[in-house]
Amino acid sequence: MARIIGGITTSHIPAVGNAIAQGLFEDPYWKPFFDGYPPVHEWLAKNKPDVVINIYNDHGLGFFLDKMPTFAIGAAHEYRNEDEGWGIPQLPPFPGAPELSWHIIEGMVADEFDITSCQELAVDHGFTVPMQLFWPGLTDNPDMPPAIPISANTVQHPIPTLNRALAFGRSLRRAVLSYPKDLKVVVLGTGGLSHQLDGERAGFINREFDEYCMDKIVTDPDALTKISRMELVEKAGAQGTEFLMWMMMRGALGDKVNLLHSNYHIPISNTGAGTMLLECVD
Amino acid sequence: MELAEFDHHADIPGTTIFDGRMAMKGYALNKMCYSFNAAEARAEYLRDPEAYFDKFGLNDEQKAACRAKNVLAMIAAGGNIYYLAKFAGIYKLSVQDVGAQQTGVTTEEFKQKLLDAGKK
Ligand SMILES: [Fe+2]
Repeated sequence: MARIIGGITTSHIPAVGNAIAQGLFEDPYWKPFFDGYPPVHEWLAKNKPDVVINIYNDHGLGFFLDKMPTFAIGAAHEYRNEDEGWGIPQLPPFPGAPELSWHIIEGMVADEFDITSCQELAVDHGFTVPMQLFWPGLTDNPDMPPAIPISANTVQHPIPTLNRALAFGRSLRRAVLSYPKDLKVVVLGTGGLSHQLDGERAGFINREFDEYCMDKIVTDPDALTKISRMELVEKAGAQGTEFLMWMMMRGALGDKVNLLHSNYHIPISNTGAGTMLLECVD
Repeated sequence: MELAEFDHHADIPGTTIFDGRMAMKGYALNKMCYSFNAAEARAEYLRDPEAYFDKFGLNDEQKAACRAKNVLAMIAAGGNIYYLAKFAGIYKLSVQDVGAQQTGVTTEEFKQKLLDAGKK
């Protein structure tokens, strides 16, 4: 049977992709951020997941306001990165895991979680930057597993509640664990932490709130469901709502997890950047 | 059941909640900006911005905000920052340039403010 072995969170700021392309790992601005990743690399090298479920939020590449799915799951053989408007270097396509995708979609809809399935989905920096961070070299890296992208809407309100995000993850877990093949699955929660790009409050970062979230998500994610969506905007910033992806990931990890590694650094671009490695206990 | 009013209309200073109301108001502007994902669209826009505004049916407020490259005005006209970022990209404006413009400081000052947030 399939198992979920752990979860990894990271910010997915576009500037990180450029820094990787330019090899700025030892640069004084970037070093405190990139230093958060070697422990994750070691864990991945040791555990070698067979599939990665990459939970991110699209930023206006794969979806537009004409049709905006609240929760979308990729069900394709491969996922392409495309120009997001600033001509970033194109990456090779990411292999998918459509059989498991459809199993998850069947399982979650039977579980009364209504989602949108995608046989074509252009994946943006929210998906690609974490893949680059965790599997340097991407398709040249023999350890990079096939991926299933899951995107939640944080572009347009109403966005899902934190409670719904956690419940999504729990339903995802039930679906994955019922897959009959022996597979090791790792789940990514990407985005955040606090940041705001728009308005007179642009540049808002909230260390105290980020640290609270990073603490509670390990020990008591249900406590975080008490935060309303507007409170999340207020305390995490307008784009800090991407923390929903972390909640979705957390739900997929089961009740108890071990925190193996954590890093937090301000600022990367406009953002409080957080990285966490959580290992499943059950 | 009572609607949770706070959840719809939180008053967070300096923050526009991009909800259905704003999404309807800004649809044409955001659709134009979404088109800028494609390099050909960016080139077409640069050849004749006014014609490109009309192609997407921007209203006068949206056109004026775009001509001025005024991000706060574009947001007031219904722009969503994720799409506006693609407009900013055409003019090689970074998120720090955009942040500086909106907060009335230089880009260097804005970057310093971010660095200072890390020292707290
Ligand atoms: Fe993001």
